[in-house]
Amino acid sequence: MKEYRTINKIAGPLLFVEKTEPIGFAELVNIVLFDGTIKRGQVLDTSDEIVVVQVFETTAGIGRDSGVRFTGETIKMPVGREMLGRILSGGGKPIDGGPDIVPEKRLDITGAAINPYARGPPNEFIQTGISTIDGTNTLVRGQKLPIFSGAGLPHNTIALQIARQSKALGAKEEFAVVFAAMGITKEEANYFMQDFERTGALERAVVFLNLADDPAVERIITPRLALTTAEYLAFDLGMHVLVILTDMTNYCEALRQIGAAREEVPGRRGYPGYMYTDLASIYERAGIIKGKKGSITQFPILTMPGDDITHPIPDLTGYITEGQIVVSRDLHRKGIYPPINVLPSLSRLMNLGIGKGHTREDHKKVSDQLYAAYAEGNDLRGLVAIVGKDALSERDRMFLEFADLFETRFVRQGINEDRSIVETLDLGWELLSKLPVEQLVRIDRELINKYHPKFKNVVKKE
Amino acid sequence: MEVKDKKSKESKHGILKRIAGPVVTAVNLDAHMYDVVKVGKEELMGEVIKIAGENVIIQVYEDTSGIKPGEPVINTGLSLAVELGPGLLTSIYDGIQRPLPILVDKMGDFIQRGVSAPGLSHEKKWRFKPLVKTGDNVKGGMIIGEVQETNIVHKIMLPPDAKPGVVKTIKSGDFTVEETICVLDDNREYQMLQRWPVRVPRPVKEKVNPRIPLITGQRILDGLFPIAKGGTAAIPGPFGSGKTVTQQQLAKWSDAEIVVYIGCGERGNEMTEVLTEFPRLEDPKTGKPLMERTVLIANTSNMPVAAREASVYTGITIAEYFRDMGYDVSLMADSTSRWAEAMREISSRLEEMPGEEGYPAYLAARLSEFYERAGLVKTLNGGEGSVSVIGAVSPPGGDFSEPVTQNTLRIVKVFWALDAKLSQRRHFPSINWLNSYSLYLDSLHDWYDKEVSPEWNKLRSWAMEVLQKEAELQEIIQLVGSDALPEAEQVTIEVARMIREVFLQQNAYDPVDTFCDMTKQYDMMKAIRMFSDLAYSAQVAGVSPNQINSVKSKNELPQIKFIKDYKPDLTKIEKNMDEEFNSLRSAA
Ligand SMILES: Nc1ncnc2c1ncn2[C@@H]1O[C@H](COP(=O)(O)OP(=O)(O)OP(=O)(O)O)[C@@H](O)[C@H]1O
Ligand SMILES: Nc1ncnc2c1ncn2[C@@H]1O[C@H](COP(=O)(O)OP(=O)(O)O)[C@@H](O)[C@H]1O
Ligand SMILES: [Mg+2]
Ligand SMILES: [Mg+2]
Repeated sequence: MKEYRTINKIAGPLLFVEKTEPIGFAELVNIVLFDGTIKRGQVLDTSDEIVVVQVFETTAGIGRDSGVRFTGETIKMPVGREMLGRILSGGGKPIDGGPDIVPEKRLDITGAAINPYARGPPNEFIQTGISTIDGTNTLVRGQKLPIFSGAGLPHNTIALQIARQSKALGAKEEFAVVFAAMGITKEEANYFMQDFERTGALERAVVFLNLADDPAVERIITPRLALTTAEYLAFDLGMHVLVILTDMTNYCEALRQIGAAREEVPGRRGYPGYMYTDLASIYERAGIIKGKKGSITQFPILTMPGDDITHPIPDLTGYITEGQIVVSRDLHRKGIYPPINVLPSLSRLMNLGIGKGHTREDHKKVSDQLYAAYAEGNDLRGLVAIVGKDALSERDRMFLEFADLFETRFVRQGINEDRSIVETLDLGWELLSKLPVEQLVRIDRELINKYHPKFKNVVKKE
Repeated sequence: MEVKDKKSKESKHGILKRIAGPVVTAVNLDAHMYDVVKVGKEELMGEVIKIAGENVIIQVYEDTSGIKPGEPVINTGLSLAVELGPGLLTSIYDGIQRPLPILVDKMGDFIQRGVSAPGLSHEKKWRFKPLVKTGDNVKGGMIIGEVQETNIVHKIMLPPDAKPGVVKTIKSGDFTVEETICVLDDNREYQMLQRWPVRVPRPVKEKVNPRIPLITGQRILDGLFPIAKGGTAAIPGPFGSGKTVTQQQLAKWSDAEIVVYIGCGERGNEMTEVLTEFPRLEDPKTGKPLMERTVLIANTSNMPVAAREASVYTGITIAEYFRDMGYDVSLMADSTSRWAEAMREISSRLEEMPGEEGYPAYLAARLSEFYERAGLVKTLNGGEGSVSVIGAVSPPGGDFSEPVTQNTLRIVKVFWALDAKLSQRRHFPSINWLNSYSLYLDSLHDWYDKEVSPEWNKLRSWAMEVLQKEAELQEIIQLVGSDALPEAEQVTIEVARMIREVFLQQNAYDPVDTFCDMTKQYDMMKAIRMFSDLAYSAQVAGVSPNQINSVKSKNELPQIKFIKDYKPDLTKIEKNMDEEFNSLRSAA
């Protein structure tokens, strides 16, 4: 392979290489330092005059005397079953002291788009044991459901509880967890690793770690390596794979950094105009394929800068993912765990995975009614702050009390409390029964007669 | 304009000079704007979008990884065009009309590149029934025969730009779309297949003013903010507010004869949902599977961005083609913001001078050209057809002041403003009744008068007034609490609540409530009005708001939504309501 020593400019993570033979777009590049160290990069722009290379590691040590080798192929990831139980760097190298991975296949890390016609409908209910998810924002297999959080909130604890407790009701099937850390602290990483070890989940996990002090640009490939691995486990080996990506905010910062180095016209708040497309190329790598056994369910975690849900990172994410679980600082301050605010939370695939044959026939309507009642009570809190409780009508007071009850009974639960879906729905009915039955306008009479604590026994006796 | 070779033979190969993502530069290429070219050794499909001196700039519809400078570029001399003819219905295409099922057959579950596939099957035979005979005078756009495609009759027309002539032979029987079915006396031959360049509107005789509503079965749309057949509507909203569900509801239940649904840069699973659901759902009018009147275009967010740019043109051209047959077509584009972003992405790679928020300066022009292709028209063959266009808009951060929303609002006649505050309460469809509007109300007035009831337009204005009044009262409540309101206004609050909870809220996932015809809409609104009249007169007679609110029969009203044959129940509720108020009044 020919080695060029024609770097003429280095700017941020970018190298500009001259006088090359024709080089392919998106090719993998090896940069050879004087001490023999090899760094990796990728071609971003190629012409007969100049080739622009984005380096995936720090450019420290790269100089005009460094050698540049174009490999003639796009970046590939060696994958194999024995990756389960291994810990790799954010660039895909083993860092657990174990042997190199003997690949069964080498796959392109960009991953082609799943043909929409080949997709199967995600409709299999996954029970996480958390009421605010199962009851009101139900997760289904093959969904991409991010956690929108803020600095210092317990999103990691929630993610781990989900990872521990998630199960599809019924069949026992082969599952795996792919965990990709991007720019999180060593301490946070340990928190995950210890839980994986304690519960034995590590055996079924592939871990990619790009920590806070690892090169930022490496974060561009970490999620792609993770998803390539996940696709192999899911669609080649038939496993149900849960992918946790944390923290996508750090990924986006790295994207912004590269955009700035390329002197691109920035979009909103300095993030590249193509960030939507770029994030879609990650988040859309989830789902089910008709005729294949496995699935990929994605749990990206991101911290909203300034707790602002309209910030481009959560905003563009929400436009791509199939809903979002929003962690709230207010609830956290009130000492409620998990502090999930259901109002801005959403599971778009919920309707496919609930109801008769999935969970229970009353699920949808109970959920709608809980939402409506909680929203109304929550609104009234603002009013009470101004006019006092006494100015409220009797009806309003009931909704106000309902909102408190909802938070302390339905939302709040233990870190290891694993509620079944029936427990969650029955709890919902119990809370709703505190409201006058004629206020339950979202639920039809038939279901009220069957499930409402005040009626169900009466009707049965008749 | 039939797509013809601009040159008799293919010009010599150009050479690739630069590759940077979906935009590449070629030299030595004899090209015109919007020529379709084949890029590189793998012959990836591309389109010329800029010519600057020696350099020809091309947007490529497939992934360009691995393509090198020095590889060849071939100009086909053709414009980007779609194939039109029998076989369109029930199809699902990518942005450049490649059938997705065929791509699965050819390259598996993931979309690889370098595979081409014609939009229509060139092998399948269709039974062609002629509608003209030898000696008839014919001209461009005229219907010369028909094919029973699904339950829809596919009219076979001469291409719009065909010169007049006299039929020499016209065949009857089973033909592929490429076989000649008609020969004119000057020996011009015609097939069922037409090609039309997507960026050029198909010609019509004239545009006429819309006057019939597109009935959607969605109460807030038909009842408060209707769109006309041939009209344009925008549906902006933050993520999760209901753009897609609303568009899918329209695709399912609107009384269009043909539906073109474009998933432009959105989710893969949403297209899967349409694909699994539509074949199972029945058209309420014909009882036939909804899929039979539908054409889907799916260029999801992770598919090539240049093909996303093309997808809306592909869709609207197909819509116009069915319009030319005399059909009422409705087209949904979810989301036009992703299309605008594709333009922005291509434009920034061209290093064009950016306009507002990085969008190209021609954004407004492109949007209005697109919506201008909607309309109720007299077709070239003397019939009448329409294309209604409903575009979703996805404003960053839900902020409607951004360029795509603002430029769209300047063009469209109907604005359905989605509101996150409503969707968070699970008030669906979360269309804000105070900000939304329809500029078709006046032109549709007569239709509602005649087809629904002479009372309808009055009821509608009444409901809007109550909602308006409620908004004002809510501001007062925020200061003093609801108990401090005068009693009459407490009644208004209750009536408004009923309008919202009974009439406006409509659950797309309830098997009955998902679709509500105009008769039921009218009956429901009338019942609310009845409550209102009874309540005010009771209040005047001294009945307290608390007593009014505890009227039992009124609480039964929301249940009407979930009942298919609702009339007996409604009559009973109305009767009970009357009796309850009577006894309240006499007690007072
Ligand atoms: N769940 C609901 N049901 C009925 N009406 C609602 C609901 N939520 C909001 N509204 C109505 O919608 C209208 C708009 O409400 P909204 O709170 O968005 O007003 P706003 O002026 O935008 O508030 P802000 O200034 O806080 O943004 C109000 O008139 C309110 O009465
Ligand atoms: N008319 C409706 N009835 C019931 N639920 C709805 C309705 N419209 C929207 N929803 C709910 O809101 C969610 C988000 O809607 P969607 O159309 O996907 O939003 P958007 O396209 O604006 O991001 C849906 O998954 C569904 O749960
Ligand atoms: Mg949507
Ligand atoms: Mg007609």
